Amino acid sequence: MAQSASDTLSTIFLDRRDELLEEWLASQLASGTLRPDLLAKDELRRESQDFLAAAAAAAQDGSVDDVNARGWQRGRDYLAALSRSRAMAGFSPSDTATFILSLKEPIFARLGTSAGGDAKALHDSMWRATALIDKLALLTTDAYLHSREEIITRQQQELLELSTPVVRLWDGVVAVPLIGTLDSARTQVVMENLLEMIVSANSPLAIIDITGVPTVDTLVAQHLLKTVAAARLMGADCIISGIRPQIAQTIVHLGVDLGDVITKASLADAVRLALQRSGYSVVKTAPGA
Amino acid sequence: MDRIPILKLGDLLLVTIQVDMHDQLALALEDDLGQRIVETGAHGVLIDISSVELVDSFIGRMLGNIAAMARVLDAITVVVGMRPAVAITLVDLGLSLPQIRTALDVDAGVALLNGLLVAQTDGR
Repeated sequence: MAQSASDTLSTIFLDRRDELLEEWLASQLASGTLRPDLLAKDELRRESQDFLAAAAAAAQDGSVDDVNARGWQRGRDYLAALSRSRAMAGFSPSDTATFILSLKEPIFARLGTSAGGDAKALHDSMWRATALIDKLALLTTDAYLHSREEIITRQQQELLELSTPVVRLWDGVVAVPLIGTLDSARTQVVMENLLEMIVSANSPLAIIDITGVPTVDTLVAQHLLKTVAAARLMGADCIISGIRPQIAQTIVHLGVDLGDVITKASLADAVRLALQRSGYSVVKTAPGA
Repeated sequence: MDRIPILKLGDLLLVTIQVDMHDQLALALEDDLGQRIVETGAHGVLIDISSVELVDSFIGRMLGNIAAMARVLDAITVVVGMRPAVAITLVDLGLSLPQIRTALDVDAGVALLNGLLVAQTDGR
């Protein structure tokens, strides 16, 4: 047998594509990691076919061994897109990698046949095939993780924007209902939003409601005090409301000095004070009158 | 040398800072303002910094000094129109200036000063 190991592999991709496809599909179906609920059989066949076409293109280019070569560009792009769509669909990373890894069985079988009895040639070609397929599988895992990270970053960003609305409660009164844990990044966003709103609404009173903040530690308290100090420098007074009994206890135990910041137990109390300060009074009339 | 104009507005002195403050300007302002408070016998000073976009720790401290000096000369200082970015910077620098009074704009500042002056007169 005069063929070199990479030639053998190329020949399999080029000449035995149809056989390979059938066996590969069978091997994927047998692997048990295929998710019939997420992916139809036809879809799988199409994807496998497309990938084999890309592999054949690489073989044609003569660079079947080197995943980073230009010949594999199409194959790499295809796998990256495939991993992304599978990550979105809810496949696990191993499900995604198995797509490529299950290609080993049919390829090894072919290599065995074409090597005949030559053990050294067989070892050589199997080694090259295994290195190639492992690299491709790693590529899918990388792409999978990358797309997952993109999703997480986007969600973080959305959360940051969603969770810091500043609302106008009344003429001259704005409020920020804070929900979730306060860290430095979020406090910065809250502070900027609140101060901008104070200017644009020309509001001398701002209510910071921390009913939705699960815990207050020294850092969070410090962030709150900074926001209050900045608002005061601009000429607006802040009221902190929605302090639960446990949080009041924590603040005292931590020795945090809230200074002359006005604090109220509930948002209702804060609204009442804010209206009173801006000269409004709420009068109850008979219902329906 | 450039100077920041100090306008007399009834019982009050109005200072509008429309350029970015540098150190010499701030020092000159402190001198001039002391002079004017004594000359006019004003009891209220309004400093409008709504056009100031940049501050450093020195300018922040000067604002505090000016307020303290005016206090000694029996005048109340109100700083108005501070921008959000400036306020955040000052707080981050550790200058929350507890000794100065603030208001959103000149209107609110005049109202605050008049209220404070009335309260002071009643108290005497």
